[in-house]
Amino acid sequence: MFKILKYSFYDLARSRWSYIYFLFYFILALVLLFLNHDLSKAVITLMNVIIILVPLIGTIFGVMYYYNSREFTELLLAQPIKRKSIFLGQYLGIAISLSLSLLLGIGIPFVIYGLFNSAAIWDFSLLLLTGVFLTFIFVALAFNISIDNENKIKGFGYAVLLWLFMAVIYDGLFLMSLVMFEDYPLDKFSLIGSMLNPIDLSRTLILLKLDISVLMGYTGAVFKQYFGTNVGLFTSLGVLFIWIIVPVRRIVIRAKRKDF
Amino acid sequence: MIEINSLSKKFNKNVVLFDLDLLIEKAGIFAILGPNGSGKTTLIKAILGMVIPDDGEIMVANINIRKSSNYRYNLDYLPQIANFPHNLKVRELIAMIKDLRGETDEEENLIDRFNLYPFLDKKLGNLSGGTKQKVNILLTFMYDSPILILDEPTTGLDPIALIQLKKLILEKKEAGKTILITSHIMSFVEEMTDEIVFLLEGKIHFKGLIQKLKQDTQQKDLEHAIAVLLEKSHV
Repeated sequence: MFKILKYSFYDLARSRWSYIYFLFYFILALVLLFLNHDLSKAVITLMNVIIILVPLIGTIFGVMYYYNSREFTELLLAQPIKRKSIFLGQYLGIAISLSLSLLLGIGIPFVIYGLFNSAAIWDFSLLLLTGVFLTFIFVALAFNISIDNENKIKGFGYAVLLWLFMAVIYDGLFLMSLVMFEDYPLDKFSLIGSMLNPIDLSRTLILLKLDISVLMGYTGAVFKQYFGTNVGLFTSLGVLFIWIIVPVRRIVIRAKRKDF
Repeated sequence: MIEINSLSKKFNKNVVLFDLDLLIEKAGIFAILGPNGSGKTTLIKAILGMVIPDDGEIMVANINIRKSSNYRYNLDYLPQIANFPHNLKVRELIAMIKDLRGETDEEENLIDRFNLYPFLDKKLGNLSGGTKQKVNILLTFMYDSPILILDEPTTGLDPIALIQLKKLILEKKEAGKTILITSHIMSFVEEMTDEIVFLLEGKIHFKGLIQKLKQDTQQKDLEHAIAVLLEKSHV
């Protein structure tokens, strides 16, 4: 697995897109920090960007890489390597190189700004951590979609739909249902609702940590009340972790039975 | 070497291979022929473990291929379409395959024969189709495996490279390897191969020497002999 990982990482580390992705975050963070001079505001703005953009790029990159490397995957399949190693290696290759673009792109400006002397380092680390989690989750979901769909166009379509659903539609439905059933106790419902979507969960997690959960109204209050900060943090991270493990398991199982 | 017992495979409801038996014991060059959709590629991919059979058993070098991926140390495969990671250099791709399969010292010789020296430090994404195919051939032939599987090996090659390829195949034959080839170019098949395996609708319709096929069908060349086989099956 690590051999495949090494080479797909080499390949991606030289891809133009990795640099464009890196530069985007680099410039964004630089501008936010040095024009704004408010670390906590910068973290919130970055959060809003990361939470939408990371899943989008993760899904698109994942699907694109899978379809582009089809013939190469076939060449690898004819080598004495287990299927599991091939697919896990490629998956980790993309997830790690995207995560690095994110970590370096945002990390470097913050270090230049003097992050290590500031109290915001924990909020900032959490932001990066959820960004990495979201990358791993959405690349895994993208791999699942592309393994199931031979047809590129269909695969791309489903991937974009998945992102749209998680990033936009889910929130809408969630809000609508909260409004419709406002006469009923909704604590558990809203809690489970935000756990089921990794994007919502990441947002909740960061906002809770920033201690501005009041802004989030109901969900924030419920989260505060039920988990307190630390238990809530670990539960949420645990759920994010499950969001990685389950799709990755499925990649392995599907890859074992697939015809190429 | 390769033993296939009652192999069946369907994709959705489309039966591609049905109850197919094939035994290839000796060394030599075997061509797998058949019209489009007759199951050639599926058969090859089943041997390589890329397609998972619905039924039946495949033994390669006396190892049941379902047991482990290690039997592929006995196999070299030349895929039809060569498409490699765009941002890797040729040198790195060779290093990668060596990393996966083990050391070999044939590579220098092959780089020389196909004139690949000027391309070693180029990215694979920038190579022409023919050069990619040469790299592809290099990767396949640099090992000393007892079985070689070549899927349309002549695609995109210039005449000089084609001559080199033919030489290489014959050298492997001399060295006692078993070589399976699929090709649509009958002159290539006639020139290179000893025996043919003719597939039709997922079954083997003919297996034997080219001479015998010509005698059976009373034709002078392979192309017409195959045509007669096809016509007979449609009556």
